[in-house]
Amino acid sequence: MQLAKVIGDVVVTRKDDNLTAIKLLVLQPIAADGSNAGRTLVAVDAVGAGVGETVFFVRGKEASFPFYPVEVPADAGIVGIVDHYDIDPQSTRPASGAST
Amino acid sequence: MQIARVIGTVVSTQKHHKFEGAKLLLVQPVTLDDKPRGTPLLAIDSVGAGVSEKVLVVLEGRAAGEALGRKGAPVDAAIIGIIDSVDIQE
Repeated sequence: MQLAKVIGDVVVTRKDDNLTAIKLLVLQPIAADGSNAGRTLVAVDAVGAGVGETVFFVRGKEASFPFYPVEVPADAGIVGIVDHYDIDPQSTRPASGAST
Repeated sequence: MQIARVIGTVVSTQKHHKFEGAKLLLVQPVTLDDKPRGTPLLAIDSVGAGVSEKVLVVLEGRAAGEALGRKGAPVDAAIIGIIDSVDIQE
């Protein structure tokens, strides 16, 4: 999974039948410090996320699992909304010397 | 599988029900000489890893679901081991 910020939504009228009533959101993946990391993408929403929220999403076929038994043709899906996350500042620097 | 370092924890209340009770950790994939490589990922922890530990991570859905012990869970990454040491023979 990866952290991302929801930056928009997508409206699609003509689409695969299995995408009916499924919300599509535009995500910007983010790094641990909150900066943008990589390209934006469109993901299906399984948890009721909204624009401006920090979420985590899954890539690949697993994106369609929350909609089982409907086989949603998706390759990215939001599976959780992040309340907060903590980063250990020591761990983001490469370790010098002995490693654990 | 990949070698990564645990760099943080994530708290999420509203999430898919298959995640309930699972521990979510932020892991930074590292190279063999312990340098960060790529962006950090979120992984399910199935072995009791903690922040700053070096871990083994699977980046594939079926394997991650098995580590979580739940079928049909929408996960794609899981920590499946805590690394004691890595020896490279040049």
